[in-house]
Amino acid sequence: MELAGITGYLISFLTFTGIYAVLVLGLNSQWGFTGQFNIGIAGFFAVGAYTSAILTTPGSPAYLGGFGMPFVAGLAGAVLASVIVGLAIGLITARLRTDYLAIATIGIAEMIRLFIKNEDWLTNGVRGIAGIARPLAGTPLDTPLGYLLIVAVFVVLAYFLVERAYVSPWGRVLRAIRENEPATAAAGKSIARFRLQAFVLGSALMGLGGGLYAHFFGFLSPEAFKPLYGTFIIWVMLIAGGSGNNRGALLGALIVWGVWTGTELATGLLPSHYATQGAALRVLLIGVLLQVILLTRPQGLLPEKPPKLIAKRPH
Amino acid sequence: MSTLLEARDLYGGYGGNDILKGVSLRVEADEVVVIVGPNGAGKSTAMKAIFGLLRIRQGQVLYRGEDITNARPEQMVRRGVAYVPQEHNIFPSLSVQENLEMGAYLMKGDLKPRLERIYQLFPRLAERKRQPTGQMSGGERQMVAMGRALMIDPRLLMLDEPTAGLSPKLIDETFVQIQKINAAGIGVLMVEQNAKQALAIASRGYVLATGANRHEDSGAALLADPHVAEMFLGG
Amino acid sequence: MNEILQLLVYGLVLGSVLAMGAIGVSMIFGILRFAHFAHGDFMTLGAYLGLAFIAAFGLGAWWALPAAMLGMAIVAVGIDQLIYRRLRRTQPVILLISSFGMALILRSLVQLIWGSDNQTYVSGIQFPWRLDWLGGLRLKPDHAWIVLISAGLIVAVHLFLSRTRLGKAMRAMSDNMDLARISGIPAERVIMMTWIIGGALAAAAGVFLGIDTRLHPMMGWTTLLPVFAAAILGGIGRPYGAIVGGMVIGLSMEMSTLLISASYKPAVAFAIMVLMLIVRPQGIFKGTL
Repeated sequence: MELAGITGYLISFLTFTGIYAVLVLGLNSQWGFTGQFNIGIAGFFAVGAYTSAILTTPGSPAYLGGFGMPFVAGLAGAVLASVIVGLAIGLITARLRTDYLAIATIGIAEMIRLFIKNEDWLTNGVRGIAGIARPLAGTPLDTPLGYLLIVAVFVVLAYFLVERAYVSPWGRVLRAIRENEPATAAAGKSIARFRLQAFVLGSALMGLGGGLYAHFFGFLSPEAFKPLYGTFIIWVMLIAGGSGNNRGALLGALIVWGVWTGTELATGLLPSHYATQGAALRVLLIGVLLQVILLTRPQGLLPEKPPKLIAKRPH
Repeated sequence: MSTLLEARDLYGGYGGNDILKGVSLRVEADEVVVIVGPNGAGKSTAMKAIFGLLRIRQGQVLYRGEDITNARPEQMVRRGVAYVPQEHNIFPSLSVQENLEMGAYLMKGDLKPRLERIYQLFPRLAERKRQPTGQMSGGERQMVAMGRALMIDPRLLMLDEPTAGLSPKLIDETFVQIQKINAAGIGVLMVEQNAKQALAIASRGYVLATGANRHEDSGAALLADPHVAEMFLGG
Repeated sequence: MNEILQLLVYGLVLGSVLAMGAIGVSMIFGILRFAHFAHGDFMTLGAYLGLAFIAAFGLGAWWALPAAMLGMAIVAVGIDQLIYRRLRRTQPVILLISSFGMALILRSLVQLIWGSDNQTYVSGIQFPWRLDWLGGLRLKPDHAWIVLISAGLIVAVHLFLSRTRLGKAMRAMSDNMDLARISGIPAERVIMMTWIIGGALAAAAGVFLGIDTRLHPMMGWTTLLPVFAAAILGGIGRPYGAIVGGMVIGLSMEMSTLLISASYKPAVAFAIMVLMLIVRPQGIFKGTL
């Protein structure tokens, strides 16, 4: 492979890592800050991606569109839509115990995917939305490297946002809730409200990730937001990197995406009729990798004190 | 007279922090021994540690001369030690009879004679064999809880606040039951908040505070002691 | 009217499938205290194990059932011994994550071994009976068998839970884990039995699904959410509740097609579940969580 091919590949790899990093940071806001176990990441991811796509693509008879708004507006719309969805969901789930929250969030993600698949008038269903514009078409930055820079900027912004939030007075209350919920409640702080805020922050970041994904990939379909890609892999990233930890989130995104694409390269060397089997093999590998991590080093590579769960074990 | 239970200088608690800071006690085979003390003294913690529900970091527990420190609850039951926790001490969706059967899970053979003995001790339970215990009153649940423990014909019965939340009449009845059980040859170790009434039926008592022993004497002597009365005997 | 009766039949069939899954999920939830996200894929693997058995020995479709149930009982215990058991002392959410990963492992194994195409137990179409005395209702014999065999399995489970010592110990552990320990009940044996029953019933659900529709690597995963809904509706740790929950969800899902598009059937199950979680999270029969 020539140098240009390799650098091209590397740029693409890093861009995807960056997008996933934003998603993992969002998940950490929910899990790391307040112990809310969201398996419905794919839902927010999808909402953000589709919103941005719908807002920015030119008109089409097949689905709702034609707003033709610029990239930034698309992203803003993505974040806004995710915030609204996050608020609605958070209001329901903020009081649920961990297991129920997990089930509820995965249900929501599946409902969102079902909605996207069925409501063709909005999303073009399974045929998906294509031709999503690169953000800075026509400018010198309209290159893969330029796009990587944009994603990198957002990763840095997201990282600073969550880090500052963590050390802010707001973050202090969240940590107090984590350490000693009854005392914090007694001090007059509304636990549910703070949890909701952390949840919405997380959803906003996930929506942002979705928007970035849409514009980078250029094509959206419900398939991209199945639980494996949209949720599971992000959880593996957070756990591998170190849950409850923003730096761990970034490291996990890099490593797990590396393993994932590495296995894609490996199975790509197989004859083509093994393609679907190759995909299944990679999924098997990631699943086994997760078990190994959970059994040997559940705190991840960069351990930090894990959050106290919402629900106490009864009896 | 063999010493049924002996705890020597126990240190331990939940997780890292020691709640027990050197607790010692002794129960002889025919005694009713009561542990009293203010809230947070570590009374329940001591019981749980002895029964194997909490880790003893340091110290020793001997049962009939055998070292059983940190033995699992199952091993305690096999040796004839029964424990009744203060709260959540029944299986609410199971019937009275099923609760009792669970108490004798490790026992071999026909359970009918054992069940009969419990029903004789607690006639009210015999009338409600098939009733789910979750629907019963506090007093009846306490009977089921104790009955469950007695199914193994224990040599040592450990009770954590058996009269908590009961009406005065039921409290009296409970203490009478405990005396009956003791008279039948079962050693009793119990933690109690109703210290006055408990010490009145006790052979000996221990006063615990902040995880350590403070006083030890016969039940009557502790009752009469003005210091003890001042500090701990509210009830 | 006829349409309603027909949907009622479909609802009972789906309800039976969901009940089989929900009993296992409910018991695992009640005793092991975590939501077993791999249960759907237990159903899938069970169905495929049954397929392998009848293919290997050239037997009729219904022979898949005992083979699947035995196979999955063993696999379930194996997975617990190998992985879940080592995670029991950790935070409950770790088990949840692990089971989520397990789901993917099982699904990809099925795909690797049997491929992603649809498969069936038998080829050819089965002709339904026409019940003129019920207004010309069409009833496929398979549907009747599914409901009847489920009923039989439910009776068996009921007898186990109410007449045997181990069954009562299971209910006891689900009620109050600490007191079960205090009474000397052997936790690991009860846990093993829980996986045997959970695995076997999940396999039955998978075979029923396979017989009623077809086999596909995703078949269990898409059923998982309604199964969870049924378990939550009935009350966690309440096997009888799971049966009621399964029937209610199954009937609701099928009846809902009178009003909304069939592709939104899972949404009906989900909506009922969310409603329960908000209004009465302990379920109809007051579960243990």
